[in-house]
Amino acid sequence: MTGSKQDNADRYWARNLRILFALLAVWWLVSFGAGIIFADSLNEIRIPGTGFKLGFWFAQQGSIYVFVALIFIYARLMSKLDAEFNVHED
Amino acid sequence: MDVQSWTFLIVGATFALYIGIAIKARASTTGDFYIAGGGVHPVINGMATGADWMSAASFISMAGLISFMGYDGAVYLMGWTGGYVLLALLLAPYLRKFGKFTVPDFVGDRYYSNGARIVAVICAVFVSFTYVAGQMRGVGVVFSRFLEVDINVGVAIGMAIVFFYAVLGGMKGITYTQAAQYCVLIFAFMVPAIFISILLTDNLIPQLGFGAHLGGEIGSRIAGGETVTLLDKLNGLNTELGFTEYTSGTKSKLDVLCITGALMAGTAGLPHVIVRFYTVPKVRDARISAGWALLFIAILYTTAPAVAAFARTNLIDTVSEASYAQVEGEKSIPQWFKTWEDTGLLAWVDKNADGKVQYVAGAALAGKPSFAKADDGSWARGDHGQRLVTNSNPDTANELYVDRDIIVLANPEIAALPAWVIALVAAGALAAALSTAAGLLLVVSTSVSHDLLKRVFMPSISEKNELIAARVAAAAAVMVAGYFGINPPGFVAQVVAFAFGLAASSFFPAIILGVFVKRANREGVISGMLVGIIFTASYIIYFKFMGGTPDQLWFGISPEGIGALGMLINFVVAFVVSRFTPPPPQEVQELVEHIRVPVGSSGPSAVH
Repeated sequence: MTGSKQDNADRYWARNLRILFALLAVWWLVSFGAGIIFADSLNEIRIPGTGFKLGFWFAQQGSIYVFVALIFIYARLMSKLDAEFNVHED
Repeated sequence: MDVQSWTFLIVGATFALYIGIAIKARASTTGDFYIAGGGVHPVINGMATGADWMSAASFISMAGLISFMGYDGAVYLMGWTGGYVLLALLLAPYLRKFGKFTVPDFVGDRYYSNGARIVAVICAVFVSFTYVAGQMRGVGVVFSRFLEVDINVGVAIGMAIVFFYAVLGGMKGITYTQAAQYCVLIFAFMVPAIFISILLTDNLIPQLGFGAHLGGEIGSRIAGGETVTLLDKLNGLNTELGFTEYTSGTKSKLDVLCITGALMAGTAGLPHVIVRFYTVPKVRDARISAGWALLFIAILYTTAPAVAAFARTNLIDTVSEASYAQVEGEKSIPQWFKTWEDTGLLAWVDKNADGKVQYVAGAALAGKPSFAKADDGSWARGDHGQRLVTNSNPDTANELYVDRDIIVLANPEIAALPAWVIALVAAGALAAALSTAAGLLLVVSTSVSHDLLKRVFMPSISEKNELIAARVAAAAAVMVAGYFGINPPGFVAQVVAFAFGLAASSFFPAIILGVFVKRANREGVISGMLVGIIFTASYIIYFKFMGGTPDQLWFGISPEGIGALGMLINFVVAFVVSRFTPPPPQEVQELVEHIRVPVGSSGPSAVH
């Protein structure tokens, strides 16, 4: 493996880790954060016009919607990153 | 047509469909048998993963479980979906790039050790059998309840079907049948949910009805002229009867955190789920396929808590203070109450002898109902015609025992839906159980034929013989699973905690470290896995089987959540031991470099 190629791979990996870190931070915040740790305080707030207390909603609905979105966002960001570093398949 | 005929018709039609697909998608190579030739479209793989993942328990029991747990039910909702984020971001793309057949393949190659491979095989087989016993039992229960055949006959029919497409089709047959099973199960789950949502909140979409005001046919009656949201009404009813408010929990925060964490990591570490991501053509497909899988799963997982809240509101309103005998002009119990009482899923003890159902906090019975028999062998009946039980719990005023499975199974009757909807629920429950069972059995057969025979004991085995071995192993696994279905070990419910705890404390850290820490070596990861498993298993065994009492729990962490701690311990041990032992050999470090970038992924058969 040549130096520049190795260098390219290292930079690709560093960028990949940054994406992972950002997305997992959101993952953690909506589930463990909003759904559990801060659920009681968030329960003081209601989603207007509904019976949902916010903490409860995050725990039983909202976090799941965010999880789905996170994976699709990840797939998109990684495809772009693959193209930028020219490491995509085909 | 009556329910029975509808059930025969719909269940028969779905079974014919599964068999038809299996015949079309026969496996002809080991690549077909283990990973469907690696050519599955990501959306199809997403559906198959959804069906693979959603078991009889998800379909039948989860909504009921949440119904009685309220907020605390979120541990299952978040735990069993959040794990897919970990899977998609941290495992699936890299394992796809690695491009072999199984989880033990990765563990064995990455840690250059057949010892590690064998530890992984044992975990995979144990986790899979733990799980599959429950599925086979579920098939039997559905058959007996809806088609009035003996439970054991039901298990045998289920075995025959799974045998047919798992042994014949391998992963290829399973994948396409699972995609069909997903469609059946989600349709079967959504139809009654939508009906109930309309009846209680006048809202077509259960996820919105969950937060809406009471309305519609039943909802308006419950509201009694008030303008009140379903959840507020339910909170009110719960508090009135001495239960905790529905939207607040009773578990400690730390316990909820640990259980959610253990279920998430366990989900991401379950071999039958991971292996699905070897079946797509490219790394890119593995990423997006996880998204589709979670989307398909989320449809059920966001509906289930809504169904839970609808059903509980309706249940309390219908049965609380209702007279057991039909009394003119008084609130009396509905017909479905008696139907389900006859199946043993409901029981009523008239503790205060007023002839009415008092449903309040506390256990009505000591454990599950044990029904009394009259001298002639028929069920003993009380003054009002109710079945008598022998294990009434005198310490509480609660008179009603409700099995959680009723919430989904009786939903169509509670809402007075047409007979074909009830039949559909039966077909859906069977689809959920069969698809999961097939996926798990395949892991067992692959572990034996590929991980043990090909990779350890008989490396020179020919492709043809390996395929035969895989089929024989699959057939044997079906038999063992059927045996457990007919003679369920009494501890099935308890060992599910085991499956997730073990997956979380063994595979999950081993794979993460394998991808993200180049320095992680054989010594580190094997000691991490062993310490993690032994710690987790000891804690679970102590509290589940050796009579550990709740006040002995560490920081109040329940056995279901201990896998989270086991996982952390595994990480720490693996990391520290790796520091003080020689680094992995050069070719393993190159393997890590190789799996980190998508470029150059080839068909798994080529790598093999």
